[in-house]
Amino acid sequence: MLGNRKSATSKWLLYTVVTLGFVAVITPFVWMILGSFKGQGELLRVPPTWWPQTPTLDNYRTLFGKGLFPRSFANSTFVAVVITAANVTFCSMVGYALAKLKFRGKNLVFALVMATLMVPGMVTLVPLFVLVANLGMVDTYPGLILPFLVTPFGVFLMRQFIIDLPDDLLDAGRIDGAGEMRIFRQIILPLCGPGLATLGILTFLGSWNNFLWPLVVAQNQEHYTLPVALALFSKDQQTIPNYGLLLAGATVVVVPVLIVFLIFQRRFIEGIASTGIK
Amino acid sequence: MTALSPAHDPQASAVPPVDGRPPAARRRKGGRRDNSARQSRAAWILALPFMLLFVVFTAGPVISSLYFSFTDIRSRDLRTPFAVTFVGLQNYAHVFADDRFRTAAFNTAYFVVIGVPVTLGIALAAALALNTGITKFRTLFRVGYYTPVVTSIVAVAVVWRFLLREDVGLVNTVLRWFGVNGPDWLGSTTWAMPSLIAMASWRNFGTAMIIFLAGLQSVPLMLHEAAAIDGANGWQRFRHITVPLLRPTILFVMVTTIVGYLQFFEEPFVMTNGGPLDSTISMSMFTYQQFGFGNYGFASATSYVLFVIIVCLSAVQFRFLRSNT
Repeated sequence: MLGNRKSATSKWLLYTVVTLGFVAVITPFVWMILGSFKGQGELLRVPPTWWPQTPTLDNYRTLFGKGLFPRSFANSTFVAVVITAANVTFCSMVGYALAKLKFRGKNLVFALVMATLMVPGMVTLVPLFVLVANLGMVDTYPGLILPFLVTPFGVFLMRQFIIDLPDDLLDAGRIDGAGEMRIFRQIILPLCGPGLATLGILTFLGSWNNFLWPLVVAQNQEHYTLPVALALFSKDQQTIPNYGLLLAGATVVVVPVLIVFLIFQRRFIEGIASTGIK
Repeated sequence: MTALSPAHDPQASAVPPVDGRPPAARRRKGGRRDNSARQSRAAWILALPFMLLFVVFTAGPVISSLYFSFTDIRSRDLRTPFAVTFVGLQNYAHVFADDRFRTAAFNTAYFVVIGVPVTLGIALAAALALNTGITKFRTLFRVGYYTPVVTSIVAVAVVWRFLLREDVGLVNTVLRWFGVNGPDWLGSTTWAMPSLIAMASWRNFGTAMIIFLAGLQSVPLMLHEAAAIDGANGWQRFRHITVPLLRPTILFVMVTTIVGYLQFFEEPFVMTNGGPLDSTISMSMFTYQQFGFGNYGFASATSYVLFVIIVCLSAVQFRFLRSNT
């Protein structure tokens, strides 16, 4: 290693800086969670308290007593599960076709996928709303879900993953007389575990945190997803916000994702890294 | 980065000559065609669900949006979106003449021009630290730095709005330890935008850091050792070995970050509502508001202005990457 000639002080300094950075990055979350157990009076005290002096579950009680947040939590979960299942299925199918099969129009399909990889949500907002309104799907689950069942990013990710699988396996299957569908189901899919996991995790996360479209299409509380419920709830209280409730709401949105992330952190980080290298 | 002309592109010479097929392949031509017809059919069956959904919900809307931007469509035309008047470039003329849009464009530029270097600077510093000096707790630091990325912007914006409060906010409390009286961050036309940039950098640098780390892993240690033997110090090695080898990665991260930051929306939506005095209204927020007012054609035009900027940036990236690899 090169670092062996580095003096102990510079090493110590490096660790101090990295640790300070770590604390700065993590503090807002710790503050959020601790604050969600404080009453309004304690939250507005100067100087602020760190650990809750009189811990209370009132914020969570009010939040879940209202019925808005449990419903939004269920909506977010349902929408994210359906969108994830669809993306994993459909994107791996096209990914395989684009990676390993020869067909007329292949370059066109791939070009379309690449061209729409970076389309901002704002560009499709108006036409999508017009379309969904004419289909009678404003403020419905299909309206929330249909536009995200497939994503160009998912196709790109699966294509990149499958293209690295050895061709010999496919040829062996073909010699044994297996059709392309069977090769896909019995040879490709079982090898796609890591790719599918990455896609699944990133899609679920994207859907859980998605804001713009649900904000537009969910017009009544019964169809709000968590970010929409939280944002509109926070807008309702511009003058004297009930910070305890807001922090509890933010905790409910963030903590499930944090838990999933901490369990699957390797998968997350490898997934992100792989999008950059390729 | 040497300027490679297209003629010297290694990929160009990799294209096989027209009749370069080996004779064996020619003999089995009949069988091949059978196989390829079968493959083609299978491929289209596999691609069908995606293509249907993609055309209806992505490609179609991208084109409709362009069409709408040349019409006077408003919310009252919702049921008859194709029975509207074509107005040519009128929406675009109005967009560029609109003072609030210009403010939004300026704010967006501000956010990108300051936010991207700050985010990438922190990301690169963190990646270098984790890649070289840090051996203990490396995973812990990496996971910690990446954590904000997975969280909802709406949720963290709600939390930051509280952290940035003038009286009881944590930021000003910490500043007071050092004898500094912090301003009302989000209530000040001067400080609101820097606050949003700080939050965005905090939330997003993890992604860039992970990609930089992956890129740094591909820099051969041998080069560093050789340079160290020749007496190059840390900064010189960083400047003349790491940076040139990392250039494609930096470019990729830079373009994707710019593309993301150009669309910033949730931060001002939750934290400042575009204020104070429009000092944080972004192009995306402007589009969203016009959509809310029912000015569909006008909103489409504003979104296309943003889209064209993004397309140009992506084109620049592809150009550079091709001449680099």
